[in-house]
Amino acid sequence: MSEQDARISSRVEDFLALFNKGAEFTRELLKENERLRSRLAAVTDRQESAARHPEDWDKLRHELMSRIADLEEECTTVRERLDQVELENSQFAQRYVEVEEENNNLANLYVSSYQLHSTLDLDEVIRIITEIVINLVGAEVFAVYLIDGERSELTPVACEGMELSAFPKAKLGVGVLGKAVASNEATCWDTQRSEDLSQPIVCVPLVVQNRPIGAIAVYGLLAQKDGFSALDHELFNMLGGHAATAIFAAKLYSQSERKLNTIQGFIDLLTK
Amino acid sequence: MGHRILIVEDSPTMRQLLVFALRRLKEVEIVEAQDGMDGLRKVSSDHYDLALIDINMPVMDGLKLISLIRGDEALKEIPIVVITTEGANEDRDRALKLGADEYLCKPIQANQVLSVVKDLLKAE
Repeated sequence: MSEQDARISSRVEDFLALFNKGAEFTRELLKENERLRSRLAAVTDRQESAARHPEDWDKLRHELMSRIADLEEECTTVRERLDQVELENSQFAQRYVEVEEENNNLANLYVSSYQLHSTLDLDEVIRIITEIVINLVGAEVFAVYLIDGERSELTPVACEGMELSAFPKAKLGVGVLGKAVASNEATCWDTQRSEDLSQPIVCVPLVVQNRPIGAIAVYGLLAQKDGFSALDHELFNMLGGHAATAIFAAKLYSQSERKLNTIQGFIDLLTK
Repeated sequence: MGHRILIVEDSPTMRQLLVFALRRLKEVEIVEAQDGMDGLRKVSSDHYDLALIDINMPVMDGLKLISLIRGDEALKEIPIVVITTEGANEDRDRALKLGADEYLCKPIQANQVLSVVKDLLKAE
């Protein structure tokens, strides 16, 4: 077969395929046309019958009106349900935010108390208190005070934002800090900074079994912090109890270590 | 595939808090470094998808660490989030200029960190 014959044969096959497709499409069109014709005839019959018999017309109208009323009722119910679901959704979203916040607060409190009780070294405990006040509360200027048992005086032992020597000592029951510690009540003023070191903006007494052992006094917050949140108050409460216990335990441990060493020294002297 | 995140922070309290927050991400491995030098050693010796870096740290500060990471051909693409107490605009600008991708000021919220990390990792 020559090349030209092959080309003609291919074109014929293409044409036949196209023709078959066209025939198939025409058959489908005819079928659809038939279906629509019979549908139209049925509707026309019903309309003519309704036109001939007014009671049929009324019946048809009644049926349609009833259907419309049903649909409208269904629509109202669906709309009400939608409103209800939207309300529930927004309540869930609000609850989710609250749970997230609660979760965050609990994580802060857990981590703080975990860290405070992770050591029996007094310097380490004081360092952890300082870390919590800087990183979690957001204080820029503050001092941690311990009570000198003999003189009933609050002495600063750690600080941030200024030299330690700049922070004044305080007598128990005297001045803002002394009074707050003597009364075992945390005090918090809604201000961001105090330049007067005798007027801290926050006083947190550190209390063990109703006995004050020290205090945290905050004098200024970080620039990006514009006030105290609920979490800050929770942290102050936590520090008031847990930091005090941690300091108390660390002091007891160090005393017992010293005593143990002394006793060990005596035993060594007697036995060697 | 999971993500590896490096936390460079000198405060153990903050590190624990960040680990707590980041564990809520799916399939994440968290490595901690306690100062800038430790962070540099860790970031240079292994692959990380993101680094959270504090600014004020002993031995080597966060800004120095960021500049070293951005200056290293192999590390320069790691997304960096700064978490610091330094809230002044000039501190923020300096860190961003050095190549930090995000700058968060302490005290931080866990969901704030999570949202930033998710965005940078394009993670769930």
